[in-house]
Amino acid sequence: MDYKWNWGVLLQPVATGEPGTYLGWLATGFLNTLVLTLLAWILAMIVGSLFGIMRTLPNRFAAALGTAYVSVFRNVPLIVQFFIWYFVVPELLPASVGDWIKGLAPYTQFFVVSIFSLGIYTGSRVCEQVRAGINALPKGQKNAGLALGFNLAQTYRHILLPVTYRTIISPLTSEFLIVSKNSAVASTIGLLELSGQARQLVDYTAQPYESFICVTLAYVALNFVIIRLMGWIRNRTSLPGLMGN
Amino acid sequence: MSKTFNSSGKRVLASRCMAAAVLAFGAGSAIGADADLTGSLKKIKDDGVIVVGYRDASIPFSYYDVDQKPIGYSMDMTNLVIEQIKKQLNLPALKVRQIPITSQNRISLLQNGTIDFECTTTTNNESRAQQVDFTNSIFQIGTRILVKKDAGIKDFADLKGKTVVVGAGTTSEKILRSMNVDKKLDMSIISAKDHSESFLMLSTGRAKAMMMDDALLAGERAKIKKPDDYVITGTPQSYEAYGCMVRKNDAGLKSLMNEVIAKAQTSGDAEKIYTKWFMNPIPPKSLNLNFPMSEGMKTLFAHPNDKPVP
Repeated sequence: MDYKWNWGVLLQPVATGEPGTYLGWLATGFLNTLVLTLLAWILAMIVGSLFGIMRTLPNRFAAALGTAYVSVFRNVPLIVQFFIWYFVVPELLPASVGDWIKGLAPYTQFFVVSIFSLGIYTGSRVCEQVRAGINALPKGQKNAGLALGFNLAQTYRHILLPVTYRTIISPLTSEFLIVSKNSAVASTIGLLELSGQARQLVDYTAQPYESFICVTLAYVALNFVIIRLMGWIRNRTSLPGLMGN
Repeated sequence: MSKTFNSSGKRVLASRCMAAAVLAFGAGSAIGADADLTGSLKKIKDDGVIVVGYRDASIPFSYYDVDQKPIGYSMDMTNLVIEQIKKQLNLPALKVRQIPITSQNRISLLQNGTIDFECTTTTNNESRAQQVDFTNSIFQIGTRILVKKDAGIKDFADLKGKTVVVGAGTTSEKILRSMNVDKKLDMSIISAKDHSESFLMLSTGRAKAMMMDDALLAGERAKIKKPDDYVITGTPQSYEAYGCMVRKNDAGLKSLMNEVIAKAQTSGDAEKIYTKWFMNPIPPKSLNLNFPMSEGMKTLFAHPNDKPVP
C-alpha cells in the first residue's frame, strides 16, 4: 500500500485560517456527538415511556395512539426522518413560523432538529421495549394493586413501572448505544458532529486512515462509557430474587 | 489497492500500428512502439478494464441524465481520453467502469487504486498536488456567489453577519472560512454535502448566498423553475483551474492525457464541447446556461498547461 502515515497532521493548525488544530475539530465533533446522544436519549426515554405505557392502558383510544406513533416512526428510515424534519416541515408550517425557524442560527437548527428526529425515532423503539416489559409482568400485579386501593396511575407508578424498568435495562442499554451511533446521521443535514468532522478532516488533510481510526476509537470510548454507566445503574437497582442476580 | 510500479525491462507491443495511429492523431507523442508501459497504463492493459470516476450532481460538468448515466463537459473529456487509451494500448474492447465519487473521497479512491483517473471539477492546487498529479487544465473558473435577486447582496462585503452555504471540502469553503476570520465578517457558514444540497439551502431561504465555482453556479441555477430569480455576483475570490487527477508519478497516463487535452483545446474540439454544454440547451430541462467563454478560458485553450493557478 502506497499510503504515507502522518499522525502529526492531527496537531497541525487548520488550513482555513480559523484558530485551532484538526484535533480540535475532532474534539468539537465529539462534544456535539456527546450532547446530541444524551439529549436525544432523554427525549427518547420520555416520549417512549409515555407511548409505551399508553399502549398498555385499557383505554382503546390511548392504545391506538401509541400504536400509530410506533407504526409511523419505527418504519420510516432515520435519514428520511431527518430530511423531513429539516427540509419539509418548515415549508409546511405557516409562512411566518417557517421563516422564523429558517432564520435561526444554522447550528441551532441542526442541533434541535437532530435531537428531535433522533429522540422521536428512538422513542418508538423504547416504546416497544417498555410495552414488552409491562406485558411480561404477571396480570396479578396490576389486579393486586387495584385491589389494594391504588388507582390505575398509582398502580403503574408504584408497582408496575419500577419492575418494568429493572427488567428492560439491558435492551435499553442497547438502544442507548444505538442512539450514539445513529447520531452520525445528523451529519447528513449538516451538523458537524464526530462523523461529519472526520469527513471534513479527510478532505482538508487527504489522510483518511488517521482520521477514521481516531473517530472509531472515540465512538468505542463513548460506547464503553455508556455500557459501564448502564451496568452501574443495573447493579444499583437490581431486585434480589430475580434471575439476573 | 495500488501496486508498486517499476519499469523493469522493455515491452515490445504486439501491434506496431500504434505508432502510426499516434502520428495520424497528430499529437507527436514521444511514446513509440517500444514503450514500456508503467503505472496505470500497465494496470489497464493487464486487467483489460479502466475505471473512471464521475460526479453525480455537478451540472454541467458531470451529472446524471434521465437514465442515470453520467454526462457532461468533463465526461466528454473523459471519453476523449478513453478513446485515446483504447487506440494507444490497442484495446478496442476495453471495458469501462464508472464509479461515482464525491469531493471528499475522490483523492482517497484514486490513491488506493479504486479509480484510475477522474475528470470532473477538481481544482488543481498545491496541497492536492502533493497527494496526486494533475493533467492539463480542462476548465477555468472564478469563485463567486449566487444570491436571490432581491436579497440586495452585490459583493462579498455584503455578506457580513449573514448565513452562507458552501460545499464541504471545496476550495470555496476554505476561502470563505479564511475570509470570515481575516475580515471578521461574522458569517454563519453551512457546509453542505454537495452542490444540490447547497442550492437547496439557498432556495429554501436558510442561506442568503451560496459560494461556489461560477460555472457550477450557472449549472445549479439552470435546474430551477425561474432561473432569473437568482444572479451570480461578487468579485471572484480566486481563479482556479480544473484538472484531471491521476495518481502521483503516473507518468504514462499523465502524458497521454496531457496530449489528448492539449490537442482538443488547440484544434477547436474542446471549444465545440464547451459550446455544447454552456451555450446550448442541455438535459434534463433543456435549459441554456448561456455562459460565454471567459478570457481566461480562451487563453487556456490557446496555451494548454497544467499550472495550478492561472
